[in-house]
Amino acid sequence: MSVMKRLSGILQAKANKALDKAENPADMLDLSYEKQVENLQKVRRALADVATARKRLELQASQLQAQAQKLQDQAKQALGQGQEDLAREALARRATLAEQLESLGTQHQQVETQQQQLETTATRLQTQVDAFRTKKETLKASYTASKAQASIGEAVSGISESMTDAGMTLDRAQDKIAQMQARAGAIDELLDTGALPDALGGGGDDIQKQLDATSRAGQVDAELAALKAQVGAGAESPGLAAGTAPGTDTAPGGDASGEGGNA
Amino acid sequence: MIVRILGEARYDVPEADLPAIEQLDAQLVDALERGDEAEFSGTLADLIGQVRHTGTLVAADDVRTSELVVPHEGSTLAEVRDLLAQGA
Repeated sequence: MSVMKRLSGILQAKANKALDKAENPADMLDLSYEKQVENLQKVRRALADVATARKRLELQASQLQAQAQKLQDQAKQALGQGQEDLAREALARRATLAEQLESLGTQHQQVETQQQQLETTATRLQTQVDAFRTKKETLKASYTASKAQASIGEAVSGISESMTDAGMTLDRAQDKIAQMQARAGAIDELLDTGALPDALGGGGDDIQKQLDATSRAGQVDAELAALKAQVGAGAESPGLAAGTAPGTDTAPGGDASGEGGNA
Repeated sequence: MIVRILGEARYDVPEADLPAIEQLDAQLVDALERGDEAEFSGTLADLIGQVRHTGTLVAADDVRTSELVVPHEGSTLAEVRDLLAQGA
């Protein structure tokens, strides 16, 4: 059976029921108007929540991107140090981040859709509220005519149906926001603890530690070499010879053999 | 004939344009029964477009009630099913 006829019948039944209950159809109009305004406020609040959630996603995406860039740099640095395994590890973690980023991108699209839907709903409700505000006084003035009563009943019921639709959009958006907030919270926690790359083992900065250790080792080697050179040159000085090898007759020779043993 | 689009307005559609609207209504019933979401949303959009295109907007102080009611633009199949279930 026709969808349009069935809906018309439902609407009429609702209108009649509402009119039967109402002592004065004019009260129905005022009540309906208040509900519409209330609903519009709810949609606007949800819209603000969606915008906040969207900003949070964007912030997280940029944080993930920064981490991915850092891992890329670390991979380069590791290769420069000849540590291929470490470079491989950094790139593997970067791949995990790329997956996270991709899923954030999908979420971002969904949030944008929610936002658009809510904006459409808000605009629609605003238009409806504005139109209703101006026409309810006209309707009130003519409500005594029985035909006008039926029209009032239908207008009010029709609006309450469309408010149900708006309510559904609202419910969907709120579910989505809740989901997003839970996920965003989890990602924040991962970013905070640096545990995000833990899927591949180790904390986020252990690559940096290894790189630092290697470059520190390199620095130590360089300093040691410099020191050795210094010590080798300084061995000629009598002060050092006397200090390091007291009582030795052949001080320079002893020092030289000692250094050879250390190297 | 007065046709109401839920959440929007009433339109006065000339009798001559009703067959096209009824045809789309029948397609909507078919999509509902088959649970074909894509077909449903496409047909609903066409139906709403047709009512807007062929009908003239009914003024607020016009007290005529509607004989046909079209679901709100962008309604999902489930939402319309819920709506129809209220009359069952």
